Formats: sequence, structure tokens, C-alpha cells
Amino acid sequence: MKRDLKFLSGAVWPIAGFCVLIAVWECLVRAEIWSAIVLPSPLSVARYLWDSVLDGVWPFAVLTTLKRLVLGYAIGLMVGIPLGVLCARSKICRDTIGLLALGLQALPSVCWVPLAIIWFGMNEHAMLFVVLMGTVWSLLISTQHGVMNIPPIYIRAARTMGSKGLHTWIHVIMPAAFPSIVGGMKQGWAFAWRSLMAAEIYVSIAVMGLGQLLHYGRENMDMAQVVGIMLVVVVIGLLADKILFSPWERMLRKRWGLSQN
Amino acid sequence: MPGAVEIKSQKVADELKNALPSKLEVKRVSKTFEAKRGEKFLALDDVSLNVGEGEFVCLVGPSGCGKSTLLNLIAGLDKADSGEILTNGKPVSEPGRDRMMMFQEHALFPWLDVIGNVMFGLKLKPNLNDSERREVAKYYLHLVGLDRFLNSAIHELSGGMRQRVALARSLAPNPQILLMDEPFGALDALTRENLYGDLQRIWQQRKKTIVFVTHNIREAVCLGDRVILFSPNPGKIREEFKVELPRPRSINDPALSEVSSVITAALKCHLDAKGVME
Ligand SMILES: Nc1ncnc2c1ncn2[C@@H]1O[C@H](COP(=O)(O)OP(=O)(O)OP(=O)(O)O)[C@@H](O)[C@H]1O
Ligand SMILES: [Mg+2]
Repeated sequence: MKRDLKFLSGAVWPIAGFCVLIAVWECLVRAEIWSAIVLPSPLSVARYLWDSVLDGVWPFAVLTTLKRLVLGYAIGLMVGIPLGVLCARSKICRDTIGLLALGLQALPSVCWVPLAIIWFGMNEHAMLFVVLMGTVWSLLISTQHGVMNIPPIYIRAARTMGSKGLHTWIHVIMPAAFPSIVGGMKQGWAFAWRSLMAAEIYVSIAVMGLGQLLHYGRENMDMAQVVGIMLVVVVIGLLADKILFSPWERMLRKRWGLSQN
Repeated sequence: MPGAVEIKSQKVADELKNALPSKLEVKRVSKTFEAKRGEKFLALDDVSLNVGEGEFVCLVGPSGCGKSTLLNLIAGLDKADSGEILTNGKPVSEPGRDRMMMFQEHALFPWLDVIGNVMFGLKLKPNLNDSERREVAKYYLHLVGLDRFLNSAIHELSGGMRQRVALARSLAPNPQILLMDEPFGALDALTRENLYGDLQRIWQQRKKTIVFVTHNIREAVCLGDRVILFSPNPGKIREEFKVELPRPRSINDPALSEVSSVITAALKCHLDAKGVME
């Protein structure tokens, strides 16, 4: 009971802020400074979202987009984490792959889109490729850092207990680096999300994800659709962070004794 | 206290039998470190030390005199430049379960719970199965008084409890020699006092050879059969003192203060002679 109240009181400010935002928006629309084509009213956006739930357009697009995201992200994890471990282990890898990763990580992932389209054409592969490029480098780097910065005392303690080689890697180094790897996964997810949106907006194909809906919303000058889909994108990003990563990361940092307070 | 944990299997009972304490010989060991700008720094200079079977020896000395370096060499975590270290007549070349080390920071693994930590070293013993390992771990957690915390997470424990887990973890592989590097340095006085009592009890019960490093001379006198005095630049053994007070000793015993003031005076004298003041 008490917890419910606490939860509710925690939601008061976000809800209040959101209401104010909508009120301001509505006032701006009523003031008719811009035409309704440029600035849709909150109600028309809500109506768009509602109608296209009924005909299944945006829920289907969410599904399509998430499918692409999860697939690209999963490949990113499978490539990025092992490469990060490899770079942590070997100086040669660090000086080659690691340096490359550092450089490519600084490249905004939308920059991969032209190349992807030329290599793969306007199709799913191009989008996957962009998502992969968006995630893999930051994952690689945070895995490498995580592994290299684990407290050396863990390894020494393990060695006195007879652990060495692969056993130390599996049972000590990887678990010790886990919080930073999860931190990298969180960042990688955010990058994947951004790059997929960029890719979908540019790669216009028939199987529509959220990015394509944005694109066609613009083509049809349907601002209600554009703003509505943007809202959906924001909410998904927020949910992923608040539900998927942040609590998990916080728990790990606390347990591993890494939290600041 | 013993007897409260019931041991069912014969294999576990065998595993829990006291390992024979081992003799430790440090013969003319020197160790240099590469300091910055390629300078050599002599951390240990021709150090020799004999520790008898089942003896409790305390190493004291100011910071930087090579106490931890010596423990690392004995543990096999590091290699000496010259000289050799023998346990039961056999030279030390790498870490081994006959010598377990306890560090100032607890060095427990936060991804494992209490019993998982204690079982870590046992996992590498192929002759035991998992339930036998659990039994062994439980025995040692009982020994350090943590029966009620088997499945607690490490971050939920107080500093003193963490060091108890660390002690149980280093006892679990049944080593002959226990190396302790300022294990109680970060704890408050009251917690430490309890641990002094428990450590003496466990030492007598489990018959270990112990090399214990500390800054605290009273602590050394309270625990050790012998107190070895180190001085820095280069790290050398200066003097040693036999402590012949009856056990179990209490840190508040006035007789103990007398002995420790003698040792403190000796330490000051050595430092003054070298012109080093703390
Ligand atoms: N890995 C290393 N590289 C370079 N110098 C080192 C290294 N380890 C120790 N030293 C140096 O060797 C000297 C002895 O260090 P050691 O840690 O053994 O001292 P200590 O007696 O344990 O001191 P304290 O009481 O502060 O723990 C110190 O001056 C230290 O700077
Ligand atoms: Mg030290």
C-alpha cells in the first residue's frame, strides 16, 4: 500500500510536466501562428494514433522495427563482445581492431547509410548492416575497457586458489567486467535504435517500420502521422532504458560495489 | 563450537582433517622493482626467515619495507630475483593451494554469494562433488561464525563479516600455510578485537602455519609467537622478538602493552638510526 503511494507520488511530476507540455502545444495551435499542416493539434495526433491502432499500421510497424533492432543488436553483441575481449587480451588486436573501433565509433551511424544502400540495395540487409555498425564499435570498446580495468586483486586471489588460464577468464575476469559490459550494452542499444531510425528513413521498402512511416508521413504532408510516430519512437526508447537497462545496471553496480554513494 | 555442523560423508570428513602444518624457509631472498625512469628499487634485500610448523609469525614495519612483497613471493604470485623460498623443503614456483593468501581489501567476488565465494577454491578440487563442497564450505563458515549468512550477497555484509568470509575462503582449500596481509587493517577496533580471539582459536584448532603482516605492533604481539621487525630502504629484517605470553591473549592485557612498547622503541631506534621518521 505504502509502496503504491510512493510509486504514485513518483509519477506526479512526470505526468504534470506532460500535461503542461500538451496544454502549451494546444495553445500554440489555437493561436494559429502556424498553419495546421505545419503544426497538428494534439487531438489530431491522438486521433491518428488511435485510428492506426485500429487498422494496425503503427503497431505492426513497431513490431517490424523491433524485429530489425533485436536482430541487428544480437549480431552486434555476438561480434562486439568477443572482439572486445580479444582486444583486451592482445596488444596487437588493440592496436589494430581496437584503434579502428575507436575511429569508427566516432562516426555517426547515419553516415553508414549511403554505403549500405550501395552495397546491399534498398533492403533488410542494408538496415541490419547500419544497426550493426552502430552497435558493434561501442560495445567492443566498453567490453575492452571493462575487462582491462577489473581490480587486479580478483585475479591474484583467484590464482592463489588455483585458478588459471581459461578458468580465470570464465569465472573471474568476465564476471568482474560484467557491469561495464552491461553499460556498453545499454549504450549499444541506444546507438542501435538511433541508427535503425536513420536507416529506415532512408531505405524505403514496402515492409514498413517506424522510420518508413515517418518518411511517408512527410511525403504525404501528414504531420499528425509524423508527430505521432515520433512520440512512439520516444516512448519505446524511454521504456527500453527504464525497464530493460537502467534497473539492471544499477543493481549490478551496487552489488559489484561500484556505485558512487 | 565444532560439532554443530554434522558431517555425514566420509570423504568430507577426510577433506576436513587438518593438513599437517608446513615449515617455511625464506633463504636470502632479494627483490628489485623497476621504478619510474628505469631506476631500480630494492624492495627486499637479502631477507632470510624460518617459520616453524604451526608457528604464528607477525611481520611489522613501516610502509614500503617490503612486507607485502615478501608475502607475494611466498604465495608464488611474484618471483624473487635471487634466493629461494621452500615450503616443507620444496621450492615455491607458482601459487598453490598449500599456501592461501588473505588481503587487506577483502577481494571477495561480488558476483557470488557468501557460500559461492568459499566454494570457489573447492571447485578446483576434482575429487569432491558439489554437495560435498557445500558441506566443506558450510563447515568453514560455521568456524568463522557466519552460518546464518550462507546466501547473503557480499555487499550486504559489514567489513568485519567480509573479512570473516575471506578467512573462510582461504581456509577452505585446507592450506598448510596461511598468508595474511593486513587483513584487519580497515576494520574498527571492536570488530578487530573479536577477530583476534577467533583467529587465535581457529589457528589452534586448524593447526596452520601463519605469516601475518601488520602495521600495528600491539596486534602483532597479541597474535604472534614471534614478531619480526622490518625496516625500509632497502627492505631488511632488523630484529625479532619472541612473545611468550599465555594464550588466548587479549589485546587489552597490560602484559601485552609492555612487550609492544619494547618493540615500538626498537622500531623507533632503527628508524632514527637511518634518519627516516614516519
Ligand atoms: N609492482 C611494483 N612495482 C614497483 N614498485 C613496487 C611494486 N610493488 C611494490 N613496490 C615497491 O616496493 C616497496 C615495498 O612495497 P610493499 O608493498 O612490499 O611494502 P609494504 O611493506 O607492504 O608496505 P605497506 O605497509 O604500505 O603495505 C614499496 O616502496 C613499493 O613502492
Ligand atoms: Mg603491504
